[in-house]
Amino acid sequence: MTGAFRSLVRSRSGLLGLALSAVVVAATLVSLVWTPYDPGAVDPRASWAPVSGAHWFGADRLGRDLFSLVLAGARTTLLVSLAATVVAAVTGTLLAAAAAVTPGWVRAAVGYGIDVLIAFPTLLLAMVLVAVHGASTLTAVLAIGLGEGFFVARVMRAEMTRVLAADYVLAARAGGAGTWRILYAHVLPNALPTLTVLLSLVMAIAVLAEAALSYLGYGVPSSTPTWGRMLHDLQTQLTIRPQVLVWPGLAIVATVLGFNLLGDGLRDAGDPKARRT
Amino acid sequence: MRLLEVEDLTVRFGDSTVVAGVRLSLGAGERLGLIGESGSGKTLTALAVAGLLPPGAAVTGSVRFEGSELLGRRERAIAPLRGAGIGFVFQEPLTALNPLMRIGAQIGEPLRIHRGLSRRAARGAAAELAARVGLPDPERIVRAYPHQLSGGQRQRVGIAIAIAARPALIVADEPTTALDVTVQAEILRLLTALVEEEGSALLFISHDLAVVAQVSRRLAVMRAGRVVEEGPTLDVLRDPREPYTRQLVAAARATSWNPQETPS
Repeated sequence: MTGAFRSLVRSRSGLLGLALSAVVVAATLVSLVWTPYDPGAVDPRASWAPVSGAHWFGADRLGRDLFSLVLAGARTTLLVSLAATVVAAVTGTLLAAAAAVTPGWVRAAVGYGIDVLIAFPTLLLAMVLVAVHGASTLTAVLAIGLGEGFFVARVMRAEMTRVLAADYVLAARAGGAGTWRILYAHVLPNALPTLTVLLSLVMAIAVLAEAALSYLGYGVPSSTPTWGRMLHDLQTQLTIRPQVLVWPGLAIVATVLGFNLLGDGLRDAGDPKARRT
Repeated sequence: MRLLEVEDLTVRFGDSTVVAGVRLSLGAGERLGLIGESGSGKTLTALAVAGLLPPGAAVTGSVRFEGSELLGRRERAIAPLRGAGIGFVFQEPLTALNPLMRIGAQIGEPLRIHRGLSRRAARGAAAELAARVGLPDPERIVRAYPHQLSGGQRQRVGIAIAIAARPALIVADEPTTALDVTVQAEILRLLTALVEEEGSALLFISHDLAVVAQVSRRLAVMRAGRVVEEGPTLDVLRDPREPYTRQLVAAARATSWNPQETPS
């Protein structure tokens, strides 16, 4: 994959995506061991403190350090969107495989099921799940992951159907390979480039969905700092001191843009068939 | 008991009948050439024998292999036969190989499936098979990917896969069509030599009369889904009874047996 990595870095947008994603991942890792202040620590003297050496991004009404909150928010965002992406990848791939290889009516049923479920906006599906099961990190992960899973399933169903029609799949069947072997030895590896690119885009959507859920109060529990909740808490200040809203907003934009560009770059760089000669 | 007996084989896709009542018979160790223009149903006949037709194909008639009926068998009951009883060599040596799987793993796959060999044992056996089909530096080539091989080498890999689990019948579907002429001759020699060594029967499918004549002593001519003529290759070539076969023979003479007439 070194060739793919090189051409990813060589494209300007791919490099930017990689850099932004790396910053988010780095911020998350740093927040695990160090934040300038305890993100939950209330300090009345620092209420609405301006940007300074002591408070890099300023502080909110309760005097909580905004830089520490943004750092800690990265942790939630990355955890929820990564876990949701894993859920989406697993459910999407399993559904797609079921839709691609099962015979007759099962295939049709799974196919129609995916098409119906994809008609529901992910956010609506998430809100329904949260409304039924209550707000928790797990619910948020499952809600976003399942919603995106149907999207993954539809793309992967087409991709797997394409791979299943390949000559080498017929050749493998002619050699005695059964359905399972065809799937894991032949179809999955050949559908993996598409899945990789798809997942980086799903990751970007998951970041937005997590922020939206938190903003609406349907996300992770209120004790956990998230960018979406920061926006919600700070929005009353939009006309008074708009500068405080810049930080969580910027964090969300940078993360989504980073994963999107990374996905685009991977798609352009990661096509081994194009690089082969 | 004949090794393979196909009777009244009919394949339909919806309303169109693409194979209409084909009869073929092949004894152990025999070689049969199946010839016909593209679209005559020869490939579908071969795929139908091993139950490899795409979904949507309606198959009727009878296919008996080693005395037992294959048509109507469930996928799970017929899969053990593929590779172990009937081996396939395909037309396009590049697309018939998985681009992301190492050559050794692909040659060893039938052995892992049918003999239950471990990954390592299969790789060892794959290197031996690679040597048998005349691939250079087999230890290195089993670690290569298909795109690193030439067309002729890929088809050697295809043949190695087909003979790996020592099937009693090898079906070769236009195995030389995608190759250039010098490589064609080598692949034909290799295929016939291996079939001889293994004592396998060979069903050789081609549209090229000259190629089929080199490989098999018996010939079946297909046209529009039917076998229109069958017999010993020499008899068919010398005294074709059907007008279509006469056309084929005349065409073959005109193109490949009269070098003086080719423009200089």
